[in-house]
Amino acid sequence: MASVLESNSPSLVLAQPLPLDSGQSLADVRIAYETYGKLAADKSNAILIFHALTGDQHVASPHPITGKPGWWSRMVGPGKPIDTARFHVICANVIGGCMGSTGPASAAADGEPYAMRFPVITIRDMVRAQVALLDALGIGQLHAVVGGSMGGMLALSLAKNFPDRAVRVLAIATTSRHSAQNIAFHEVGRQAIMADPNWRGGAYYGHGKGPEKGLAVARMAAHITYLSEAGLTGKFGRRLQDREAKSFGFDADFQVESYLRYQGISFTDRFDANAYLYITRAMDYFDLAEEHGGRLADAFAGTTARFCLVSFDTDWLYPTAESRAVVHALNAVAAPVSFVELSAPYGHDSFLLEVPALDRVVKGFLE
Amino acid sequence: MNDARNALRPDLAVIAGHIPQGARVLDVGCGDGELMAALRAEKGVDARGIEIDPEAVEKCVARGLSAVQGDANRDLAEYPDDAFDYAILSQTLQTAERPDLMLDELLRVGRQAFVSFPNFAHWRMRAYLLWHGRMPVTRHLPVSWYETQNIHQVTITDFEELLRRKGVRIERSWFFSGDRELSSRGANWRAEYAVYLLSR
Repeated sequence: MASVLESNSPSLVLAQPLPLDSGQSLADVRIAYETYGKLAADKSNAILIFHALTGDQHVASPHPITGKPGWWSRMVGPGKPIDTARFHVICANVIGGCMGSTGPASAAADGEPYAMRFPVITIRDMVRAQVALLDALGIGQLHAVVGGSMGGMLALSLAKNFPDRAVRVLAIATTSRHSAQNIAFHEVGRQAIMADPNWRGGAYYGHGKGPEKGLAVARMAAHITYLSEAGLTGKFGRRLQDREAKSFGFDADFQVESYLRYQGISFTDRFDANAYLYITRAMDYFDLAEEHGGRLADAFAGTTARFCLVSFDTDWLYPTAESRAVVHALNAVAAPVSFVELSAPYGHDSFLLEVPALDRVVKGFLE
Repeated sequence: MNDARNALRPDLAVIAGHIPQGARVLDVGCGDGELMAALRAEKGVDARGIEIDPEAVEKCVARGLSAVQGDANRDLAEYPDDAFDYAILSQTLQTAERPDLMLDELLRVGRQAFVSFPNFAHWRMRAYLLWHGRMPVTRHLPVSWYETQNIHQVTITDFEELLRRKGVRIERSWFFSGDRELSSRGANWRAEYAVYLLSR
């Protein structure tokens, strides 16, 4: 397992300890990031992209481990909807992650990996770290902040907690709070990891084998939630995998089983199990209205940013109603907000895939 | 009048012409944002739109306008009282589930409201119905009865009667035949469509 992943990205260490929502603080926080496109002399063309749960800073550059194109390379690049010929795009690995930013696999002050000694962090803590990165890079106000899924939560959190930092906020396939169903799926994944004997209470670093099996199962369960019933049926149906008949055994008879097993196993090459625990926990704790007695509108009071929310009709993980709740709150505080539900067959993953209407919305909103 | 407004449909041009600089406006049924774009360009208006068609919303966003995809029959309820100086409902009243309740909502979220609609009592409609005995299909109402979105056809007289009953004040009204503005005399016969500026 890739437990302490080496990153070839530039990184910097925050000069100050990072205060956390838990009351603790994190010293010597390293943030690994990638940039694309030139920063204008007046620094007015910076766009910060937040990645999703298992994403990373390689938004438009090949992944150093898998060699695959960046996770949003169809959206970000010269002449693309987020045009790096015009904009300076920054994407940083979240803290708690495993692609070069400080996370549970990083060395603590004693030189040993934090493992479960890593403090539980929140979405706002991740945002705080990236705002500190912006400070270090000398970027005051962003042209836009953009994110899908967990990235959308980070974008909304930045809009709420650092309202002066972004002129535009684009939040795709996301929510203002994790629902019981979202938490439930995450808990299945965490339990799968922690039930793997190789997890060793999180202290598996340096033991060769980590909880690959548990992490793979977590990924398999989560992956189902990113797709749609129609998408799975279209892609796999009940077709069998490399065989003529059912085996009357527990091999991967069905193509969908084989696909999920592959997704699970390959995930463990590039992701740290403890990072998965910490990041899913941060998402579960996310509720923008919590500090405002449940009144989401109050969370956005006084905002001057322009917002755009996008949902997908087949996304049952963060369904349209979740985006509408944010739109409702923004309308209540008279914030300029656009919202569109796009039709796409791929479920939650639609934001990463070929949906031309999304390209047009993203491009138009960033103008 | 500059090019942007010249290109607008006459009822929209009237509305655009009477909205003051810098007003806050909600365009209900904003389509692809034609009116909002003109208002922004000419009057520096802070315009928001509601539109049910996702492709039209996408075009609004691509023009840098703020539009929310939704159903005005339900979603107007989400806006606070007096959130806008003007709420605009152009050629959409007759498609509302309950035009009377829609009117209430317009005058709740907007301090004033512009409403325009095709007049079902125009002489050509009356003649069509009289001679053919069938629901009129004309240049302003080109769709057959069974597939039209105009589920609540209305006349100028009916509309003004509703306003009276609701105690809604008519600030101004305009009547048109094609692109030509008419006087209010015999408007219920002569006007193909009407525009009203209303307040509580």
